[in-house]
Amino acid sequence: MQQHRTGPAWGQEEKLIPLSHTILLSAVLFAVGTVGFLVRRSAVMMLVCVEIMLNAANIAFIAFARHHLSMAGHIWVFVVITVAAGEAAIGLALIVALARERGTIQVDELRSLKG
Amino acid sequence: MFRVWAIPLIPLLGFVYIGLLSRRLSRRAAAIVGCSTVALSFLVSLEGALQLLRGEEALTATFYTWASLGDTLVRLDYRLDALSGSMALIVSGVGFLIHLYSVGYMHGDRGFNRYFAFLNLFIFFMLTLVLSDNLLLTFVGWEGVGLCSYLLIGFWYEKSDPPPAAVKAFVVNRIGDFGFLTAMVLLLAQVGTLSISELLQSAPGAFEAWPVGALAVGLLLFLAATGKSAQVPLYVWLPDAMAGPTPVSALIHAATMVTAGVYLMARFRPILELQPQVLEVICAVGAVTALLAALIALAQRDIKRVLAYSTVSQLGYMFMGVAAGGGVAGMFHLTTHAFFKALLFLGAGSVIHAMGGEQDITKMGGLRSKTPITFWTCLVGALALAGLFPTAGFYSKDLILADVLHFGEWGRILFAMGVLTAGLTAFYTARWLMLIFFGEYRSPHHHPHESPAVMTVPLVLLAIFSFGAGWGEHAYAHFVGRVLEPPEGHVPGQVIAWASGAGIVGLLAGFLRYRSLVPGPGPAKGLARVSERKFWVDEIYDALIVRPYQFLSKVIASWVDGGLIDTALVNGSGALVRAAGRIVRPLQNGQIQVYTLAMMVGLVAALGWMLWS
Amino acid sequence: MDAVVLTGGRLLTLLVFMPSVAGALCALSRSSRAAAVWALLGSGVPLILGAAAVCGFDASAAGFQWVERVDWIPSLGISYHMGVDGVSWPLVLLTLLLTFLSLVYSIGRIQNATRLYYASFLWLETGLMGVFCALDMILFFVFWEWVLIPMYFIIGYWGGARRIYAALKFFLYTMLGSAFMLVALLVTAHLYHQATGAWSFDWADWVAIRDTIDPNLQLWLFSAFAFSFAIKVPAWPFHTWLPDAHTEAPTAGSVILAGVLLKMGAYGFLRFGLPLFPEGAVQAAPVMVGLGLAGILLGAAASYVQTDLKKLVAYSSVSHMGFVVLGIFSFTLEGAAGATIQMVNHGLSTGALFLMVGIIYERTHKRGVTDFGGLAKTMPLYATVSVILVLSSVGLPGLNGFVGEFLVIAGAMKARPLYAFVSALGVILAAVYLLSMVRKVFWGEANANLHGLSDLTWRETAVFLPLLLFIVVIGVYPAPFLEVSEGALKAILEGVAP
Repeated sequence: MQQHRTGPAWGQEEKLIPLSHTILLSAVLFAVGTVGFLVRRSAVMMLVCVEIMLNAANIAFIAFARHHLSMAGHIWVFVVITVAAGEAAIGLALIVALARERGTIQVDELRSLKG
Repeated sequence: MFRVWAIPLIPLLGFVYIGLLSRRLSRRAAAIVGCSTVALSFLVSLEGALQLLRGEEALTATFYTWASLGDTLVRLDYRLDALSGSMALIVSGVGFLIHLYSVGYMHGDRGFNRYFAFLNLFIFFMLTLVLSDNLLLTFVGWEGVGLCSYLLIGFWYEKSDPPPAAVKAFVVNRIGDFGFLTAMVLLLAQVGTLSISELLQSAPGAFEAWPVGALAVGLLLFLAATGKSAQVPLYVWLPDAMAGPTPVSALIHAATMVTAGVYLMARFRPILELQPQVLEVICAVGAVTALLAALIALAQRDIKRVLAYSTVSQLGYMFMGVAAGGGVAGMFHLTTHAFFKALLFLGAGSVIHAMGGEQDITKMGGLRSKTPITFWTCLVGALALAGLFPTAGFYSKDLILADVLHFGEWGRILFAMGVLTAGLTAFYTARWLMLIFFGEYRSPHHHPHESPAVMTVPLVLLAIFSFGAGWGEHAYAHFVGRVLEPPEGHVPGQVIAWASGAGIVGLLAGFLRYRSLVPGPGPAKGLARVSERKFWVDEIYDALIVRPYQFLSKVIASWVDGGLIDTALVNGSGALVRAAGRIVRPLQNGQIQVYTLAMMVGLVAALGWMLWS
Repeated sequence: MDAVVLTGGRLLTLLVFMPSVAGALCALSRSSRAAAVWALLGSGVPLILGAAAVCGFDASAAGFQWVERVDWIPSLGISYHMGVDGVSWPLVLLTLLLTFLSLVYSIGRIQNATRLYYASFLWLETGLMGVFCALDMILFFVFWEWVLIPMYFIIGYWGGARRIYAALKFFLYTMLGSAFMLVALLVTAHLYHQATGAWSFDWADWVAIRDTIDPNLQLWLFSAFAFSFAIKVPAWPFHTWLPDAHTEAPTAGSVILAGVLLKMGAYGFLRFGLPLFPEGAVQAAPVMVGLGLAGILLGAAASYVQTDLKKLVAYSSVSHMGFVVLGIFSFTLEGAAGATIQMVNHGLSTGALFLMVGIIYERTHKRGVTDFGGLAKTMPLYATVSVILVLSSVGLPGLNGFVGEFLVIAGAMKARPLYAFVSALGVILAAVYLLSMVRKVFWGEANANLHGLSDLTWRETAVFLPLLLFIVVIGVYPAPFLEVSEGALKAILEGVAP
């Protein structure tokens, strides 16, 4: 079994939430986001789902950062939050523009490729 | 200081002057320039010939170096020797008379200046052809006269007949030129030079180890000659060429250009002799042509077509004369023929002029009293054509037949064909004379009148030569014999008897038959129809060559090019790509969730693979 | 010499890039009148410069002249390396002359996007001359592809009804060839690296190691290059882009296309195909000669039945360029010299023939062979010039077309008599299709619909005069024109001559 150099030993922190739970939460959230992204047709809802997925990733980052006692995870979370904010801003702007231009934000009605 | 290149160059200057100033030049000036340049050329040639008589072997002049590439050197030289000198005199002399005649004949034509420009250009090319001492320069002249012939046949380009006739003449000549061109490059590759005097010297050595090459060169040169000189199988263009103005027919299609092939054969005798079969082929083709054309001439109705077929037939004689014996006989016949055939054509022109454009001899008649000068001069020409003593044709024809009789294994057969041709020639000549000049005047046209002096003077001069040129037989043979092998001894009596007998019988038969008979307007019957329809040679060529080529071209253009290459291969490959696109296109339908699903499936698959392996 | 000194030894760079600069000025200028001035300057000044440099070109010297060399990507041995020899110099002059004349002809005739039209021609000129001057393979390739772009727009924007199809076809065909060439180019660079341990894309370096390349591989590499060049020439059966491109291109575009663009392929064979892969070229020669002969005969036959004058002339190009291919692959000095001069001749005669078709098309908006008749009467000067051009194209001795055909056939005879006999048939066929065309268009009764056509204007005549002058001068006195390329051709044939 591999020894972790920095973190407390496995099982010494029963009072805290075990890592596996946090990862499970992250995985569930990511799955919810993915499924939501795949099945929702409204562009706004899809954007929300993307946000859920990003936040699932954030939770995973934080969990491992805590586990490894490393700041790298935190830094990545900030990057992701920034990107998510930008994405939300641009994405919503696009959606508004689309709604004005095409009168709908249902993505299956917005297809223009011939496929 | 004598410059040989001045002879052809003077008419060229005339062409440039008339051609460039064309529309601003008065007709009078064009006529003066046109005629005087040719006259000047004639005088310079005469001066050159006199120098030859004084003992010079040849007068040469280097013009310039056309190309020099590696060990290939093409230097354009002119060379005046006895053979080329005699040709130059004929070309410029007869050429001058015909220029003079044209002033009267073309009077009033819209393209008067253009006509004289082309005619001068023709004289330039013809003299170049004759005087050149380089095969390439000869070819320049050779194609150049073809070009002028083309332009002058198509001179009246708005009418319906001349344009196709001109194209036909050029294309058929080009088939001959194929032979000239390939013979030329073959000689260049094998002997390494194009200079004619060098070729004649070193070709025998160069072809010693390769007799097939010599055979090929001989036959290819002869192919060239059959094109230009209208022999079987390429004679078909000459009768159609009569669509051009009549003086052109006289100059180009009787006296000078069409004899270029004969001259070429005479010039290249030393190379043709390398393979005796070549001479036999030439002689045989000449005999066949002579007979065939004479047969066709029997039933023609157009005043010029009779003469055209007669020219083809006489050219056949010349080839026989050049191939059999030493070649002098053929050249001598060329000379006398130039006089009497030019005379007959100009006479025909005078008749057409008098008849206001009518060319059908069955609609003429009785012109003897109305156009006396034309009649008497034509009579001399006709007798010379029939080969009657003491006209020029008598001497030259007998000289040829004497040579042919002793030529190879087939000499007797060829001789018999020659005699038969002589009889037929006399017959159609008589028919021609009778229908035009004797009997009743049959045309509803206006009153016919004699041509002006500018036209009759050349007629008279040519008549004098046609009558008396034969007496210069020995002088000519002696002069040209410096280049060619002079004939031995005299013409045997039996040859004279046969040839003259056939001529007299033919003439009498013709006179008797057409004394009162005039062919009706409908198509002829029986054998005469075969003659009238020219043995259907044009139709046969059309079916065997022209139509298959047209069909083949269509197949190549629309099926091979358009169908196979362009549609099937080129656009086909495009269609293939498009079809492939159609198959995979549903994958890119623009529904972003489909893409995401594919991504997810891929991700899961990748993860699964990583976990399981 | 003076022109070279004047430009400080940068003559070729100036010649090549001056038109491009003028092209940019054209595109940016405010009026089409100003653009026209820039166009004339941008093509005229290099022409004058080039003409002035003619005397400075040393025909007797072997090797390249006016060489310029600047490092470009030193780590890969790629440099800006320019120079001309006796093969490329005539083509450079031809490009200069034809582009200038095309622009003179075009001024005032193009209504939409005039400034860009001039600019396209000037940019095209740069690419064309770059191809002929480049001595570095990458530089060559860049210019080779450069040419495509302006030509694509010239056909696709200012062309006829099916211009999009034609432009795309032209582009894709050429790109396909280039792809093969690029691969072969990289392979050869790799081979050079293997042989010497250094990187270089320099033409002379590659020639130096040609003997180390395995003959089989040479055949493959040569074939890849040849594929690209054969499309450009175009050799049968890679020619079907040509009739479409010519039919749809605007008049001046056809002139440059026939006059210069097709020469790129033939030039490629001479400059790259033969010297770089001599053994491959020798192995491929029978096939190439076969394609040349097929082009001569099939092009002529296809030309005979065309009903569109432009297509007729386009197919005649296929036939004439067949002679060029035959001459090059006869591997004789006569053949190669004939091919070189045939390139120039074809540029002059066929370029001029396309101008003739363009002129009548602009007057009548027709170009069917049977749409006309009797033009000799209505437009005598036009008819005279046309007949001279046709005769030059037919190969009448005394005019330029004959010189090339004669030398090519002479070279073919030395290589193999059969080649000469087959190719000489093309001389007969050329007379058939061209003279039938003359008969239908210029002779016969004047078409009643065509009365009142104006004859050539002064400007049109002025465009034809230099072309006619060269047509006659080359035909009558070809010696100096042959002398220019003799030395260079000898060097090219060194590796392949039997």
